[in-house]
Amino acid sequence: MKDLSRRDVLALGTTAAAAALFVNPLAAHAETDLAKDLIKKFTGGKNAAEGKIKLEMPEIAENGNTVPLSFTVESPMTKKDYVKRVIIIAGGNPRPEVATFNFSHLSGVAKASSRMRLAKTQNVIAVAELSDGSFHMTKTEVKVTIGGCGG
Amino acid sequence: MISRREFMQAAAALAAIYGTTTPMGSLNAKQKITEDDLLGMKPFGNVTLAHLTDVHAQLMPVWFREPSINLGVGEAEGKPPHLTGEDFLKRYNIEAGSAEAYALQSKDFLKLAKQYGQMGGMDRIATVLKHIRAERPNNTLFLDGGDTWHGSYTALQTKGADMVEVMNALKPDAMTGHWEFTLGEERVQEIVDSLPFAFLGANIFNNEWEEPAFDAVKMFERGGAKIAVIGQAFPYTPIANPRWMIPNWSFGIREDEIKKQVQSARDKGANLVVLLSHNGFDVDRKVASRVKGIDVILCGHTHDAMPEPLKVGNTLLVASGSNGKFISRLDLDVDKSGVKGFKFRLIPIFSDVISQDKDMTALVNKVRAPYEKELNRVVGQADGLLYRRGNFNGTVDDLICDALLEERDAEIALSPGFRWGPSLLPGQKITVEDIHNVCAMTYPAAYRTNMTGQQLKDIFEDVADNLFNPDPYYQQGGDMVRVGGLGYTINPKKKIGERITNMTELKTNKPIDLKKEYVVAGWASVNKDTKGPAIWDVIEKYLTNHTPVQVKANDGIKVVGM
Repeated sequence: MKDLSRRDVLALGTTAAAAALFVNPLAAHAETDLAKDLIKKFTGGKNAAEGKIKLEMPEIAENGNTVPLSFTVESPMTKKDYVKRVIIIAGGNPRPEVATFNFSHLSGVAKASSRMRLAKTQNVIAVAELSDGSFHMTKTEVKVTIGGCGG
Repeated sequence: MISRREFMQAAAALAAIYGTTTPMGSLNAKQKITEDDLLGMKPFGNVTLAHLTDVHAQLMPVWFREPSINLGVGEAEGKPPHLTGEDFLKRYNIEAGSAEAYALQSKDFLKLAKQYGQMGGMDRIATVLKHIRAERPNNTLFLDGGDTWHGSYTALQTKGADMVEVMNALKPDAMTGHWEFTLGEERVQEIVDSLPFAFLGANIFNNEWEEPAFDAVKMFERGGAKIAVIGQAFPYTPIANPRWMIPNWSFGIREDEIKKQVQSARDKGANLVVLLSHNGFDVDRKVASRVKGIDVILCGHTHDAMPEPLKVGNTLLVASGSNGKFISRLDLDVDKSGVKGFKFRLIPIFSDVISQDKDMTALVNKVRAPYEKELNRVVGQADGLLYRRGNFNGTVDDLICDALLEERDAEIALSPGFRWGPSLLPGQKITVEDIHNVCAMTYPAAYRTNMTGQQLKDIFEDVADNLFNPDPYYQQGGDMVRVGGLGYTINPKKKIGERITNMTELKTNKPIDLKKEYVVAGWASVNKDTKGPAIWDVIEKYLTNHTPVQVKANDGIKVVGM
């Protein structure tokens, strides 16, 4: 058995790095004004209906620095009826605009995958613009957690 | 529909023998309860599923006190498995003082422990499996829900090899995992490549290309039925445990992936679809309500033991306990159109009643032999009952916190809310094995650091949300982080950021100052560069100076709103 003198204990203490992992996980989940403005700008102020677009993300991020996302928009993707653009917005990031994906009827399907950084627990929002000028949106909450106590 | 007659028959027989009279020695238990009482079950249908889960490397019989507080929130409030003590007995119509009452809940634990003896032991489990297989030679699937290769001195020393050897001898048909992954990516891969059975994880992906890292499903044929077993590893392994140990693997609930696998299994002609899950019970309950086409979920992770399956839609949820205390046996009548009926028995492994399988006793002795001397080395003695389970504290963790406060000279101690780790009876000698049973792990450094009151609050809020988020998909299992030197009030029904109030430094009885820095000691940090002595050394040193060890339960934690 190691003999732990008080001096050892204190010496070890100075190099303990445990505190480094504690990010601030607590934050309101409401979208920032920046995020709201971004949605407004994308839709030109039009209402975006819930549905048609499916956003897949983990419920709890394993690593807030690189969180996988993928989305699919229901659409026949024909010349007459297709998805034009999809914007991904991080509702609680200091810079909420993540990416805009452009499609045409030649895309075949309106789906894509990427990764994003999340500063804290927040909603991620996806808004799609269809060729008929309508907008559709969905959002999902992704938790950014300290972790380490499960089991 | 649920046949509990045979379970209750045994219960009634035992009640008739014991009544509520004076405690008897375990030798008496051996004479009165017979193996037939525990194993006898008229076979039913054409398929038998035997489920063992969360053994946590307990090769030998253990004392294990179930929790006296296990709160459910949201839809799970007041429902199984969130029942304890009298509520549990009432819900399942179990007589107080009976063998089942001892095995399944915490009331009268000490009294009943003396009466009924220890539970578990791999050689007893081997006997039960042999019995089932002899009765159902071409009908049985034996499935291991994971948390098998971790939780003991020998599992740590052998990097899981002792458990792998023992489990291989029991011949599981498939398994999934959680704590297995704390052996690190390379070691896990090495073992998995060597296994003579399937290691399944439909929700484990290579995180570079999002490609499956393990087999998702395995098809079997038993009793003329085609059976698909889908594996679901613990979804939050890289969050609750160190991600740096498994840098290339990503987990998650991945409900769409489960749907896809169920559909694919049905397309391939499966008559029975089984999810071998380490999700945790409440997550599985939600999965069952949202994913159609799963016949049976074999639940693990949250260590619940339920005497009958819970039905959600057409899905049967089976919860088989932990630490080798139980094996579930589910007999099913399955034809081309699906499940026609079932019979269930949660078999309690009473160590003094179920005979030891000689070959397995020899194998367990063999894997322990090189470590026997150290395992048996006495380092202290328990004064009161030491146990871990419970949402907010357990006396084992109070002891660990006391050791951290003193040996690491800290003002506040933190200890993770693990659910594994057997109990120790008052007066029992504490050995190296006993200490390791509650803390053996691959990241044991007992750190010492400064944290502000605000950082402490953030941690408590974060962990509380992992436990009490009303949406089970945001829960991680486990219990509340244990604290020493600090008290708080918690309202589990509030939102994150609002659950924890009245944080108090117990020594001074002063409120915790959110801006002030406190010296905090803890262990099992998921952070890679954590420095400090191994937690078992800290505990041993403390016990050397405090024996028999007096532990005062932390009474500074108040629960409100429930």
